[in-house]
Amino acid sequence: MIERHTLSVLVEDKPGVLARVSGLFSRRGFNIVSLAVGPTEHAGVSRMTIVVEVDDFPLEQVTKQLNKLIHVIKIVELEPAASVQREVLLVKVRADPAVRSQVLEIVNLFRARAVDVTPEAVTIEATGTAEKIGALLKNLEPYGIREMVQSGTIAVGRGPRSITATAVR
Amino acid sequence: MTGAQSLVRSLEEVGCEVVFGIPGGTILPAYDPLLDSTRVRHVLVRHEQGGGHAATGYAQATGKVGVCMATSGPGATNLVTPIADAHMDSIPIVAITGQQSRPLIGTDAFQEADITGITMPITKHNMLVTDAKDIPRAITEAFHLASTGRPGPVLVDIPKDVLQEMTTFTWPAEMKLPGYRPTTRPHGKQIREAAKLICSAKHPVLYVGGGVLKAQASAELLRLAELTGIPVVTTLMARGAFPDSHPQHVGMPGMHGTVAAVAAMQESDLLVALGSRFDDRVTGVLSSFAPNAAVVHADIDPAEISKNRRADVPIVGDCKEVITELIDAVTAERAERGHAELKEWWARLDDLRATYPLGYDWPADGSLSPEYVIERIGQIAGPDAVYVAGVGQHQMWAAQFISYEKPRSWLNSGGLGTMGFAVPAAMGAKMARPDDVIWAIDGDGCFQMTNQELATCAIEGIPIKVAVINNGNLGMVRQWQNLFYSGRYSQTDLGTHKHRIPDFKLLAEAMGCVGLRAESKEDVDRVIRQAMEINDQPVVIDFVVGADAQVWPMVAAGTGNSEIMAARNIRPLFDGDELAAGVDEVSAVTAEAQQESAQGESE
Repeated sequence: MIERHTLSVLVEDKPGVLARVSGLFSRRGFNIVSLAVGPTEHAGVSRMTIVVEVDDFPLEQVTKQLNKLIHVIKIVELEPAASVQREVLLVKVRADPAVRSQVLEIVNLFRARAVDVTPEAVTIEATGTAEKIGALLKNLEPYGIREMVQSGTIAVGRGPRSITATAVR
Repeated sequence: MTGAQSLVRSLEEVGCEVVFGIPGGTILPAYDPLLDSTRVRHVLVRHEQGGGHAATGYAQATGKVGVCMATSGPGATNLVTPIADAHMDSIPIVAITGQQSRPLIGTDAFQEADITGITMPITKHNMLVTDAKDIPRAITEAFHLASTGRPGPVLVDIPKDVLQEMTTFTWPAEMKLPGYRPTTRPHGKQIREAAKLICSAKHPVLYVGGGVLKAQASAELLRLAELTGIPVVTTLMARGAFPDSHPQHVGMPGMHGTVAAVAAMQESDLLVALGSRFDDRVTGVLSSFAPNAAVVHADIDPAEISKNRRADVPIVGDCKEVITELIDAVTAERAERGHAELKEWWARLDDLRATYPLGYDWPADGSLSPEYVIERIGQIAGPDAVYVAGVGQHQMWAAQFISYEKPRSWLNSGGLGTMGFAVPAAMGAKMARPDDVIWAIDGDGCFQMTNQELATCAIEGIPIKVAVINNGNLGMVRQWQNLFYSGRYSQTDLGTHKHRIPDFKLLAEAMGCVGLRAESKEDVDRVIRQAMEINDQPVVIDFVVGADAQVWPMVAAGTGNSEIMAARNIRPLFDGDELAAGVDEVSAVTAEAQQESAQGESE
């Protein structure tokens, strides 16, 4: 069965590491849903959060192949129930004074924020799970979405344990 | 010292004896200190592809890291084929390339190519050195990565201004590879599980791949085989890992394997895969491959395990350690619980061996048999020689009709199937083992791709022997056209028969080699013996052989291994009455698959 899996990948912060990782996915025919990369608490180590759509068996291949990349230090699959997963959305919605209050009401309901307001449009920032972001967008759609941009998912395991503690010396 | 001097010193310290390369603009600084090195010999090749394959031949013949060097741009891109080849066959080579100076990188400068980007998918690892002080570490890491774990090619790209800048040289250089920790020690529990299966299986097979050669585990394999009495098959990459003459050796499996080896795997209840990777050329259609077999899969690369065929007992580790521990565990298991009787299994396999031995017919038109030529070379040069093949029919015949008794006596391009491999790889092997007889078994198609390295051999004093199995055609493609395209021979006639262009004897002589020719059975032994007498010059023999000889047995691409044809129209393993169902029927079933495969297929 095709499922989404969230992989946290610790990599050495070296030139070309993103190309190595993304190239491996395309080369072996695996589909990336989203990829986010940024620094960690350790200098020289970056963390990628990769959401990939595969069934369980090829997932094993993905992680094994990723592990063969010399710059990949560690890979952990984060189960949705045992992790916090977030995306960031910035969306510009058509909102003239007649409907602006309705739009802002939706913003409040979703605990999102209006970050820019003009007479014709409101720009909204929202953080949440993919489901929440999807629901927000569905509610905003009738007003007219002029432009939107979304980050990839980032995720961290729940509880006190750290995946970087043992992997990074 | 300069970065270039640091590079040459690093190569000396890491134990590099020979570099195959060609200088050019950006790598020029490195060639200056190379002129003074007494520990590193440089062999000036005629094409970078030859340099790359020579490094591979050197590595395959010894297990040591082979080194090739090229300039930026076209020099580097000419290395792409041998790098990809080494990647597919897990050969430890290090490629050093010059790069445009740092300020010019990314500007489409003269002879600039993003070679680290280009070779990312075909190297174990590659690196662009951006500071001269990093050169010793880069070279140390490159050799370490190439030769440990699952071996493979590593490319080190060095900009010209990095080679020119002043730096300090410190040795040993500290490696920083936090993400690289190959597992060589197998897991004890898995070993015990495997031992249980090995002792209880009624139809077990040791499926031996190139990993056994890389781990230098032939002696251990022999002990395990003799302890258990289990039949052994050696893949194309593992020929010589187990002696062909051993009664437990049932042959090479796969598309052109022996009927007994293919049947052994198909009918087995336990495949013990040792350093092999269930390649499509071995398994045939995967869904019908060895349907009743449990699988113990030992490999140093965890990604190979369960990649193509699900393993019941996965073992990650170096084959030498795996087999050593298996011997202990099997010994203990046999003492405790005994073992299954293999008499019935051997009766079946012996029957197949007796009924379908490897063989060939003399060409109907009376022309010279290519199989005979290759068989005679093997018999005359013997098991101490090293045989290096190109890709195609001659390669398969060389795998079939030469008896390999020793590790590293058979070198070829297995995974990538690189035509033109033989001559340069033989040159590399001869550099590595100057006292051994090195025979390149080549085809006329392959030979015309890389024969310029004969000039290198003649000038540098590398006396290899080359047998050109000249059937005038791209023989393997022609065979497929004969079998699957109704004998419509599209673009496979090379004219080396019809027009005798080129004349290989004259070509050899023009390149400073001894040129010989054999056109009839009577000539064969004479020219081989003549070649064996010549040890101060390369020798090329043009064996003019029949064009219609075909490689049998054959599992047609897109069919299952049970449909193996021992010869045309003979399918010994196929169930049912239509035993003699012929090639035409098979071709109808598999026409689609053929077309797909044939694109990648050449002589």
